[in-house]
Amino acid sequence: MSDKNAFEPKIIGFMCNWCSYRAADLAGTARLKYPPNIRIIRVMCSGRIDPTFVLNAFARGADAVMVAGCHPGECHYVDQNYKAMRRYAMLKHTLTQMGLEPERFRLVWASAAEGQQLAEAITQLVEAVRPLGPLHWSGNWEENGHRHEALESILKEHEAAMEVTE
Amino acid sequence: MTTTATQETTKTKGKLALYWAASCGGCEIAVLAINEKILDVAAAFDIVFWPVAVDAKVRDVEKMPDKSIDVCLFNGGIRTSEQEYMAQLLRKKSKVLVAFGSCAHEGCIPGLANLSSREEVFEAAYAQGDSTENPDGVRPQHETPMPEGPLYLPVFYDTLKTLDQTVPVDYYLPGCPPEAENIWAAITAILEGKLPPAGSVIGPNTTVCDECPRKRTEKKIKKFLRTYQVKPDEKTCLLELGLVCCGIATRAGCGALCPKVNSPCIGCHGPNDGVHDYGARLMSALASVIDSQDPEEIDQIIREGIPDPVGTFYRFSLAGSQLRRRKKQVAGNGVKRG
Ligand code: FES
Repeated sequence: MSDKNAFEPKIIGFMCNWCSYRAADLAGTARLKYPPNIRIIRVMCSGRIDPTFVLNAFARGADAVMVAGCHPGECHYVDQNYKAMRRYAMLKHTLTQMGLEPERFRLVWASAAEGQQLAEAITQLVEAVRPLGPLHWSGNWEENGHRHEALESILKEHEAAMEVTE
Repeated sequence: MTTTATQETTKTKGKLALYWAASCGGCEIAVLAINEKILDVAAAFDIVFWPVAVDAKVRDVEKMPDKSIDVCLFNGGIRTSEQEYMAQLLRKKSKVLVAFGSCAHEGCIPGLANLSSREEVFEAAYAQGDSTENPDGVRPQHETPMPEGPLYLPVFYDTLKTLDQTVPVDYYLPGCPPEAENIWAAITAILEGKLPPAGSVIGPNTTVCDECPRKRTEKKIKKFLRTYQVKPDEKTCLLELGLVCCGIATRAGCGALCPKVNSPCIGCHGPNDGVHDYGARLMSALASVIDSQDPEEIDQIIREGIPDPVGTFYRFSLAGSQLRRRKKQVAGNGVKRG
């Protein structure tokens, strides 16, 4: 990170209150270093993470998204993180067809004691995304085909067209 | 009595416009499916513009005062500069603009071309097509110089847009195409001035499952199947049989037409109120019913059962979805990656 011009990915992390968010907290209190690229959004459980949240993050400018929850079998709402696991698989399958690089979307399990592991996962994600460059998804919607000129030319054509007077 | 009679005689007819953009023409036919009630429409409205049925020109619309059309039913997505121009023009001239049908509402099947770039679409249409013979590789040009002066074709956009990504829309009438009863209900609501709050989708706010007569029990799916792989009985929920039936995420209003004839719902009515992304809703619901806790098995069930996820989850709503289109082959804002 010494290079000032290096691209710094913006990452959104959805983390469950009971494990991974606490792991992030622990990493903080233990003064473990992890890159500042991640913005963490706390949810009660990874099962609460609607695919809409992830798509919204990408559509609004995230370069990568991390979904984190308690280890399988340890969810505080019984088996909701298995739901998260299946949603993640479903969404990843769809996002691949949408042309998103697989590195940009990641699922991580971290218990409340695993501050170290979570910090490492975040570092790895940042390093994996950096070479990909910015995602800037909304740039995909921009028209490069002279849209404004074309719209204006319609008006001009209509003005120039022969007027039939009655 | 007399007052009513006076009111009726003095009441001037409303003005109605209908237009089509990137659509298949099915919505135009759907308007006629209201049968003899079209006469009631004609009694209540002067149809001032309807290219498929009425001889009026764009120039006539341009000369109309702003907001002089009472209702415009606009079907089709926005794929070309000409369609965008017409959307802007009709927005300006109309008091109420209705996104009529799935294409205007969410992009529909034409919006699935957002999985490709303009170049790929042109390649398929003007080079690769089985019936295409184009040895000189001619492609549509916006401007063609001619001795009499330049000729113009509309610009074909990279990305199909929905109507409300182009201009503000007052109401949405979902469906591919909207069903006759719903069209009539919407027209009646307009005639009687009993419209829901602006921005609403006109239709019930429940799912197709609520209208479906099939029996629902607990869903647990080990394998998604394609329609040709199952012969459904008449009672069991199609999703429980393994078919990707989209009824669970789709707005009601069709009377569960497709499941009633053994065909899974494909989602043409789009989502209910409050859902920002139809496909996300469907993915979420389908993921819940997969009967496995093993990541590899889950992956396999999804990969084998749903080979075309975007076409399955966003068949009607890709253009209107949060991501709108496939990622272009450029990094970010139009900068080519090495
Ligand atoms: S409570 Fe942590 S994943 Fe459910």
